[in-house]
Amino acid sequence: MANVFAGSSVAATAPKPVVQSRGYWASVWRRMRYDYVTLFCLALILIIALLAILAPEVAPMDPYKSSMAHRLKPIGYPGHWLGTDEQGRDMLSRLIYGGRVSLAMGVVPVALATLIGGLFGVTAGYFGGRVNMAIMRFMDIFFAFPSVLLAVAISGSLGGGVVNQLLTLTIVLIPPLCRVAETAASQVRTMDFVDAARSTGASTLSIVFSHVLINVLSPILVYASTLVSVSIILASGLSFLGLGVSPPTADWGLMLSTLRQSIYVRPLVSAIPGVAILVTSVAFNLLSDGLRQAMDVRQ
Amino acid sequence: MSETPASLRRLAAQDPRDRGGPAQPMLIVQGLRKYFPIRAGLLNRRVAEVKAVDDVSFFVMKGETLGIVGESGCGKSTLARLLMHLTPKDEGAVILDGEAVGGAGGVPLDGLRRSLQMVFQDSSSSLNPRLPIEQSIAYGPRVQGARPKAARARARALMEKVGLNPTLFGPRYPHEMSGGQKQRVNIARALSLDPRLLILDEAVSALDKSVEAQVLNLLSDLKKQFNLTYIFISHDLHVVRYISDRVMVMYLGQVVEIGPSESIYEAPKHPYTRALLACRLTMDPRERVDAAPLAGDPPSPVRPPPGCRFHTRCAFAEDVCKRVAPRLDGALELSAESHLAACHMDKAGSGHSRAMH
Repeated sequence: MANVFAGSSVAATAPKPVVQSRGYWASVWRRMRYDYVTLFCLALILIIALLAILAPEVAPMDPYKSSMAHRLKPIGYPGHWLGTDEQGRDMLSRLIYGGRVSLAMGVVPVALATLIGGLFGVTAGYFGGRVNMAIMRFMDIFFAFPSVLLAVAISGSLGGGVVNQLLTLTIVLIPPLCRVAETAASQVRTMDFVDAARSTGASTLSIVFSHVLINVLSPILVYASTLVSVSIILASGLSFLGLGVSPPTADWGLMLSTLRQSIYVRPLVSAIPGVAILVTSVAFNLLSDGLRQAMDVRQ
Repeated sequence: MSETPASLRRLAAQDPRDRGGPAQPMLIVQGLRKYFPIRAGLLNRRVAEVKAVDDVSFFVMKGETLGIVGESGCGKSTLARLLMHLTPKDEGAVILDGEAVGGAGGVPLDGLRRSLQMVFQDSSSSLNPRLPIEQSIAYGPRVQGARPKAARARARALMEKVGLNPTLFGPRYPHEMSGGQKQRVNIARALSLDPRLLILDEAVSALDKSVEAQVLNLLSDLKKQFNLTYIFISHDLHVVRYISDRVMVMYLGQVVEIGPSESIYEAPKHPYTRALLACRLTMDPRERVDAAPLAGDPPSPVRPPPGCRFHTRCAFAEDVCKRVAPRLDGALELSAESHLAACHMDKAGSGHSRAMH
């Protein structure tokens, strides 16, 4: 028989520039490097986070020092560049300090929920059957309530305070993340490469870590990053309702809540915390959009 | 290729892994059975079962290629998964080079892993889309305890063996490759554990004809080089004839005929095999087939017909066929020459009017 195969090795030996072996994350970064919108959002989030972390160094004044003489000053007032609130506290300083609580409310619950929800979701999706049934039906109980109502209910029963608010948000965010992880993992489970891995004699743990997680990670991470803004807004809502952190703590939602009485006196100053929430959540949403594109290998 | 591991340079003549000697078949399958339950109702009770593989026995000699043919849904792929222990079997024994696999007193599954590997049908879903292919190939050796560097070297050597430049293709992702290239990667991955028996489940069916020919040639090259035994599953009768030493024909989860390739193709005994062979297209337009030799779909494997499972579509069916299921006698008499058919017409004194007397 004529060896047809001999012809095919020509393509393989053709001179081509040597491509260095690259990992998955390197290739994600390579695609993201030219996505300026995503990079801008990433930079913005980093700046907000840095300001929040370095608040004591950066803030021009004490955010809790009130002054009856300087109540509700407009934007651009000398010494208070973003004006003052109804107790004469410096808005800029409060905004910077408020970022601490608000960002923590956005990132910490999402991170915790990603870990817990992802763990349950991947377990349910990969093992299927009864395990899946038990986990997902339990999650369905939480899905029965609208998320805000659920948050209010949990928060109301736990009481206020930063820790309880974080806990509330985490509980609210676990079911949707678990659902996303379960869907992704159960899709991966049916793929032949999982069977191929099984037939090499690999342990379940090794297969989950080397083959399932890497395919499940991108939908989970992308979804989690959209949830950051949801979480910030939910936290602000809880604070606004008085179920979150208590005054005089500087928190964007709480600031919005107390300033709303002054909305006819200083509308622009009252809107500032809202703008901060808006900018931060839009930045997180755009970042997740860019992340989704960068994490798709087929791009 | 200075980095070729010693195991790749093994001579085909003597295989140090051989245990049972040259006369011991590589694989003996005895009464293999798998029924998939169909559950329904409130209590999820077992209401019926799909008889996917029903009492299948055969053997594969060392260095041989056994072709398995049959219509879609006849249990070919389930059989492959059963042999790979990807699906647990209900009954039966799988004996690899003289040693039973799994169960009490058998070879542990891990030993089977190294000796038995499979090339999957769908070349795209059988590769992890997020792993560079070099890592996909190196995964098996890594799992079996090779150091990362050694596993990578092995992956690169194997890529070279299947005709892919490791420098060029190693860092690539599956979507950056063609179907034929992906199937080469799949073959390289299957070879990465140094197996003795390779199950090729429709391994070339999704490729276009010229690439199919390349991969088939690659397979026969590799077979000599690595001293392999193949089980080649396909619905393409031409390809099976080209590559196989012996052919096994399956219908509704059972073996209907098994024998040397020449003998099956030149003198088929079972009417189903004859009908299948008549379905082949010829190069001569004057020999056009007007009516399909086999009409309709095979009966449901949930409730297979009593007696001979083929009698509903058989032109020679008689009373005895509806009552008595013909047995495939002597399937485990280890002779590579024997040509057996599970048909009453082939058995003297079966009661069929066309049976030999």
